[in-house]
Amino acid sequence: MKSQVRIAVIGLGAVGRGVVTTLERMQREEDSPFIISAISDSKSALIAQDGIDVAAMLARKAENGMCGDPALHSKDIVKDAPYDILVEASPTDVLSAEPATEYIKTALSRGAHVVTSNKGPIALYYQELSALAREHAVSLRYEATVAGAIPILHVLEHDLTGNKIHALYGILNGTCNYILTRMSEEGLTYLQALEEARKLGYAEADPSADVKGTDAATKVVILANTIFGKSISLNDMSITGIDNITDDALRLAAGHDSTIRLIGEIIPEKNIYRVSPHILPKSHPLVVNGSLNAITIKTDLAGDLTFIGKGAGSLETTSAIISDIFYIVKHTR
Amino acid sequence: MQVSMKLSLRDAPGNLVAALSPISATGGNIKAVIHEHVPDAQGNVVVNVVVEIPPHQIQALKDAFAENGITIMLLGEERLVCQETVILIGHLIHNDLGDTIDRVDKTGFAEITHMTIAMPRIEISSSAQLVVQATGEAELAQAINILREVAQTKGFLMITPLEGAT
Repeated sequence: MKSQVRIAVIGLGAVGRGVVTTLERMQREEDSPFIISAISDSKSALIAQDGIDVAAMLARKAENGMCGDPALHSKDIVKDAPYDILVEASPTDVLSAEPATEYIKTALSRGAHVVTSNKGPIALYYQELSALAREHAVSLRYEATVAGAIPILHVLEHDLTGNKIHALYGILNGTCNYILTRMSEEGLTYLQALEEARKLGYAEADPSADVKGTDAATKVVILANTIFGKSISLNDMSITGIDNITDDALRLAAGHDSTIRLIGEIIPEKNIYRVSPHILPKSHPLVVNGSLNAITIKTDLAGDLTFIGKGAGSLETTSAIISDIFYIVKHTR
Repeated sequence: MQVSMKLSLRDAPGNLVAALSPISATGGNIKAVIHEHVPDAQGNVVVNVVVEIPPHQIQALKDAFAENGITIMLLGEERLVCQETVILIGHLIHNDLGDTIDRVDKTGFAEITHMTIAMPRIEISSSAQLVVQATGEAELAQAINILREVAQTKGFLMITPLEGAT
């Protein structure tokens, strides 16, 4: 890739903001090759060929709620702005996967690389999008979509090359893990723990995607389709959430030094793709506390590997996006 | 199924191997052998073996031992050798708890041997921890599946240990 890499960032929520400030800092401190050539938020957009002044842009945004020109829209940026890599972090409904899918298609068709943090497009349209990326000889990266800061896709795709993956077990939803941890440790009821998670910002006003297991299942779909070469959807999965788990059940499990966690499972040899609560010994490496994520991979050569890290959050997601950007720069000539 | 046997054989070189060979020949799998190498007054030694064997092959094994001149001093079935603990959540009592347990117990190869139940208030779901024991791994899996079907029919949430977790 040429010496200067132009990046357009769609979406200035917690994630987009984390990305632009990190890129700006890297440029200031480390003389990195990146310039931010375009930014959009939900109300406006900004294009600057020679690089956007991030501090001034954020000050403007703080003042009037807009990063740039209200006559410009995200779709204009994606279609017309100059960029080599599109960082797609738009607010997108996971079920319809729009507008993210449209942005990704437009960018790939223009011959630009794409890094996204949106689960919907990858869970629903991975095959179509990856074919489009191949056709235009560009990369589509999505590390941020599964387990936040844990670089699980990279590990499975590259670092364990040559290993046969027998199974993957994961705590893939921090909200559920927080609720179960609090029920287990403090004896809270499900509703008390959910209320606490809401107050701390771990749970949405409508928590159903988390507590009913859909969010974890979406991540299982992404892993199954991108790493294990399957073609499954949420409808093909058995999904059980945590909303019927009682504090009594956690107390009963504790009597045997065990606890209950919501686990996403992939066992390709048995065609098992599911999300459900399971009993685990408290000493099991997957039993992490609070809003952490954890993934255990069972392989033929490397044995069992467990990764633990923060599954959500502005900086954690930024970490995954920045590493995708560097991957593209390193692997593109 | 798993059976334990106490065998008596002549204390001579090669006799132990000869004694154990009919086990695999009849489809059995040796789980444990305890050889007490102190001959009695008649020059016989006692060997305790635990064997996993299909029930219909037990007679063939006994015949093979008799042909080889080995005396079976004791033969006992070790019945419920595998176990798993599961948790059920739901209106357990009002959905015929007796029937839920019976469905496993009446298989003949598995039983619910222990249960702890918490019933907070009548309108709130009960939670129960059940210990399911069975005569072998396959039978245990079958019993768990039966329980899973019952749970599904009666609208219970069933939580099992994570497979391969331990």
